[in-house]
Amino acid sequence: MTGRPPVAPVAAPPVLHGAVHSWDTSVGVDGPGTRFVVFLAGCPLRCRYCHSPDTWYGRSGRRRTVDEMVTLATRYRRFVEVAGGGVTVSGGEPLLQPAFTGELLRRWHDLGLHTALDTSGFLGDRADEALLDATDLVLLDVKAGSPATYRRVTGTGRLAPTLRFARRLADRGTPMWIRYVLVPGLTDAPDEVARVADVAAGLATVERVEVLPFHRLGAHKYAQLGLAFPLADTAPPDPELLARVRGQFAERGLTVT
Amino acid sequence: MSGNQRTVDPWRGFRDGPWRETVDVADFVRRNHEPYTGDATFLTGPTARTLAVWDRLRAMFPEERRRGVYDVDAATPSTITSHAPGYVDRERELIVGLQTDAPLRRAIMPAGGLRMVETALRAYGREPDPRVHEIFTRYRRTHNDAVFDAYPESVLAARRSHVITGLPDAYGRGRIIGDYRRVALYGVDRLVEERRALKAALDDRRSTDDVIRDREELAEQIRALGELTEMAASYGFDISRPAATGQQAIQWLYFAYLAATKEQNGAAMSLGRTAGFVDVYLRRDIAEGRLDETGAQELVDDFVIKLRIIRFLRTPEYDQLFSGDPTWVTESLGGMGADGRPLVTRTTFRYLQTLYNLGPAPEPNLTVLWSPRLPDGFKRFCAQVSLDTSAIQYENDELIRPAYDDDAAIACCVSAMRVGRDMQFFGARANLAKALLYAVNGGRDELTGAQVAPPTPPVGGETLDYDEVLAAYDRTLDWLAQTYVDALNVIHHQHDRYAYERLEMALHDHPVRRFMATGVAGLSVAVDSLSAIRYGRVKVLRDDSGLAVDYAVEGEFPTYGNDDDRADEIAVWLVETFAAKLRRQRTYRDAELTMSVLTITSNVVYGTHTGNTPDGRRAGEPFAPGANPMNGRDTHGLVASALSVAKLPYDAARDGISLTGTVTPDGLGHTRAERIANLAGVLDGYTDAGGFHLNVNVLDRATLLDAMAHPERYPQLTVRVSGYAVNFVRLTPEQQRDVVSRTFHGSL
Repeated sequence: MTGRPPVAPVAAPPVLHGAVHSWDTSVGVDGPGTRFVVFLAGCPLRCRYCHSPDTWYGRSGRRRTVDEMVTLATRYRRFVEVAGGGVTVSGGEPLLQPAFTGELLRRWHDLGLHTALDTSGFLGDRADEALLDATDLVLLDVKAGSPATYRRVTGTGRLAPTLRFARRLADRGTPMWIRYVLVPGLTDAPDEVARVADVAAGLATVERVEVLPFHRLGAHKYAQLGLAFPLADTAPPDPELLARVRGQFAERGLTVT
Repeated sequence: MSGNQRTVDPWRGFRDGPWRETVDVADFVRRNHEPYTGDATFLTGPTARTLAVWDRLRAMFPEERRRGVYDVDAATPSTITSHAPGYVDRERELIVGLQTDAPLRRAIMPAGGLRMVETALRAYGREPDPRVHEIFTRYRRTHNDAVFDAYPESVLAARRSHVITGLPDAYGRGRIIGDYRRVALYGVDRLVEERRALKAALDDRRSTDDVIRDREELAEQIRALGELTEMAASYGFDISRPAATGQQAIQWLYFAYLAATKEQNGAAMSLGRTAGFVDVYLRRDIAEGRLDETGAQELVDDFVIKLRIIRFLRTPEYDQLFSGDPTWVTESLGGMGADGRPLVTRTTFRYLQTLYNLGPAPEPNLTVLWSPRLPDGFKRFCAQVSLDTSAIQYENDELIRPAYDDDAAIACCVSAMRVGRDMQFFGARANLAKALLYAVNGGRDELTGAQVAPPTPPVGGETLDYDEVLAAYDRTLDWLAQTYVDALNVIHHQHDRYAYERLEMALHDHPVRRFMATGVAGLSVAVDSLSAIRYGRVKVLRDDSGLAVDYAVEGEFPTYGNDDDRADEIAVWLVETFAAKLRRQRTYRDAELTMSVLTITSNVVYGTHTGNTPDGRRAGEPFAPGANPMNGRDTHGLVASALSVAKLPYDAARDGISLTGTVTPDGLGHTRAERIANLAGVLDGYTDAGGFHLNVNVLDRATLLDAMAHPERYPQLTVRVSGYAVNFVRLTPEQQRDVVSRTFHGSL
């Protein structure tokens, strides 16, 4: 703390910035237990059911350094450890900012925190091995079982990269939770679900499948942004439909929630 | 329950200790309790007998809700022995005793205040009794009259403007917990003997004010104990001797509690910490083959049925302040022993099981003293009960035990005390948000313009200057602390004289440690207002008389409830500063001054009487309850919000710091097992972080539907979906239906 100058200039690592939309604490919905969650801004997909269109564009985030987000997480470290949980990087699409996301995960992981990456996997190729080494759990949002439906759901995406990423995770032994958003009339066809279930059942590191019922809670965000909400008239799935789809996954021996 | 048990040694099989020689239930419990570390699978459901008794009462509840009160005895001022025995179902009841001669028939207690009695009677369509009126106006003064004779004008003005409010000056003060277990363990005769010895010891002292008062109080206590024996005898029980069985132990301690509720219409009539004590007796009965699990649960169920129908006659205005006819029959459960063993027994589980056997209910107010060190099976059962019923609250045993030892209990909501060793003078609360407006306005009320606090120069200028406001606030808080404690000293002096809790105090040590329990409301509004002044720009809008009546805020400012130190430090500063100012005041009977950050449901009424505030809150808008962040301003989730509250130092607010949290089942995880584990984890984390109290609401479908029909009752209902939160009542009806369907699709 004294004014002594450094003897020789130390090569400081470049300060990494990311576009961060927001941060939050949540329980049981962004991975196991109580978690500190950072939502990054920017996503290449335009899913029709997206409940956070405010995270689509990188410019809607604030520039934050990795240090800032690590410091914030350490505030919650004790709590999430005592409560049983960890930290999650979500979005937006975190792999749109792979360097920032990788560094964030690595720093959290070095602190001994349980880390989770919430991604569509569409940009899975951008996740390098170091990033995945620092990831204890991937929450992989598999949006459809067929390329056509994937395109219809996401507008801009392709299914293949997600499947490739999923196989890579399984091959390298990275645990994952498969997520599937159930939208009546869009992702509820039995054969669509069956394809996703087949994929999930073929991946050795899938610990569970989360079937997430579609909701319209993000509708007002579209209004605020002056956008039309494509599924404004779509109702959430009824309990019977939800039970059927969960059953399709369970039939293949998968743990379903 | 017949006479043949007279020959049985009531203390057979108990481990010896100092409790045999001196009245010391805490010692008895420590030596005789046996921790239970298993899960809830041993519990049994309700018997047909239990349901028959309960159904008889349940059939009466709708009528009571419709009329406000089911029945009142308007002619008989209540005393311990005023009413003939009453029964719910004499053939079936295992534990007997009612406040009057019939269930749900309320009594009048005019010694606290005749006006409250008569107003309440008229509100419920009953004529006050002329003879009662004559007695309590002509021959007998009431606490209420006596207080208003002695209030100084400054207190009256502060009371009128609601900067100090909720004062127990018109009815019983409550929040005193008799150690009702003493009656069961020792029998009344032994307690009378003890009181006589205590009184005799005062004979050598000179007859000063204090000594005279102590002698008179002890004489009154002895008289009350005699009446207690008489009341029990009218039900056919001889409680002069110790209880010899589990059934007797519950019956004896219930009689003692019942007698207290016949004598006092206290704001909160809490029960104490009885489960571990009762467990010693039930365990012995089971070992002796006298009782099985079903029988043990039946006794607890029957006891809890009685606690659920404790009733007091109160005015509609009182109910507006504290909605739902509350009695705060608080029972403290669990916690850790000073020896490191959990104070969790099978009977702790049995008390919680009543929420299943009899269905959820707010009373008795089951309060779990939580520690991360509690046995896992118990933690999970608590979390499960919270998920299923939202009926229990949690307090931090790791804060309470060091401060009040391991035989502490909660009075009312968050006020911890050593059972039978401490009592408190309940003091409602002062409005910190309104006080801030007084500071800006030089002591004038922002709604009426009246000069309430002494005139000081108003804070000038177009834009509020933080340092100037802070200096003015500091002066206002000095005045507020002084006026507030002045009011409390008057109230409790007069309550001791005119509505003394003879029986409850007979079940305390002598001398007793006394607390003067003050409280604050509007913390988050005051903090956010100060934050707005400090970090944003707050322009003052004045009326023609120069009174600041509104504020325009520009710029962003940090708000309390987001684990942001900039705002949270203001909250800590305010709590510590006001507590220190209060502690500087001289208190009646040299009571130790404590403070709570608690409003219960009065946050709504406080808001009604407070004008526009610099944080952007509009006049009349409710405050957040207790120490909660302002509704909707905690935007980073439950944990961040809880951590802000956990920063408030318990040492400055030893009467408790209240946080109410609302979560949906989905906000705790996808499966029931996960939700249970996650909620227990959150409680561990919050306790570990130093949080004091958490009211957990896990909302069910019925609650959300009710919130749609009555949005005004749910101002802070937050619905959380993955990484996303919405204020439920601000959603359109269609969106609300969406949430209702979504929330419950995911659950069982």
